[in-house]
Amino acid sequence: MARSTPSIPNSSMADIAFLLLTFFLVTTTMPNNSGLSIALPPPPEATPPEDVKIQERNMFKIQVNSSDALLIEGEPREDLHNLKDEIKAFVLNNGRDPASSDNPEKAIVSFKTDRGTSHKRFIEILDIIQGAYYDIYADQAGVTNAKFREAASDLSIPENKAIYDKGRDGIPLNISIADPTKVGGN
Amino acid sequence: MSKFKKKTEVKQEIPTSSMPDVVFMLLFFFMVTTELRETAIEVKQSIPKATQLRKLMRKSLVANLYIGEPTKPALYGKEPKIQADDVFIEPKDIVRWVNEKKSELAENERDQLTVSLKVDKDAKRGIISDVEIELRKANARKLLYSTLQVKEDE
Repeated sequence: MARSTPSIPNSSMADIAFLLLTFFLVTTTMPNNSGLSIALPPPPEATPPEDVKIQERNMFKIQVNSSDALLIEGEPREDLHNLKDEIKAFVLNNGRDPASSDNPEKAIVSFKTDRGTSHKRFIEILDIIQGAYYDIYADQAGVTNAKFREAASDLSIPENKAIYDKGRDGIPLNISIADPTKVGGN
Repeated sequence: MSKFKKKTEVKQEIPTSSMPDVVFMLLFFFMVTTELRETAIEVKQSIPKATQLRKLMRKSLVANLYIGEPTKPALYGKEPKIQADDVFIEPKDIVRWVNEKKSELAENERDQLTVSLKVDKDAKRGIISDVEIELRKANARKLLYSTLQVKEDE
């Protein structure tokens, strides 16, 4: 008696798998959890307005108006190529140039926008300012910029914390993002 | 002539028996990495690009706010709006929203909540600064402007 072996037809398995694969390919979104990280100042009413005198030489002023035009240290500017190097020179001046900062701890990069400034422009400038600071930190810690930012993202690992502390030593991230002006309306 | 005939006898098929295995492997990869969206985003999201990105390691500590022009202007108008989870909110609701998000976290992690602002690049600073002031009031001071990576030429 010839016994026929029972079998499930499996020629269509690949088709079914392809169908599922296509579904997941289409619906998948890679999570994006990266960006420019900043820390906001404490709530407005918690800190009574103090009359802190900041010397003119310790401020690096960047202003953007509602049509995204730029004013750097009082001068209109189109070309952003040298801005990063200028900020680095300003922070690391250490009193050499009497028109520039006293030391990195006192140096403040002030960034003021208008309510009508576009988010794209804001990110572009903030990227340059943070880039300057990260370059300085990376130099001081003796690693590359990318490596420093990677270390700063996860401080729970002791090695990363060591790199981060070495880079940040004596140079606070003094970026002041002022409340926007209201010239350009909403 | 006989010489030519011999040549045509060479087997030319590609073995396909392992195809299902390959496909299944890909399938599992996408099944594992995929995350189904819980919320339908109803504002425009054309995220700006930047170079100096930092990553957020723990997803559970991140709360997302979406800001941009509504994708359905007939229903919601053309002014940029703030979307949190599934609803549009006003800046004054943000304190309550932050407290809700904080209450979902363990007590020792509440001050580590990071707000990720996913802002359309055409949105204006005005609405974003309103959000920032509310976040300061709510004491959620870790902020991330979500951006994409630019390829650096170095």
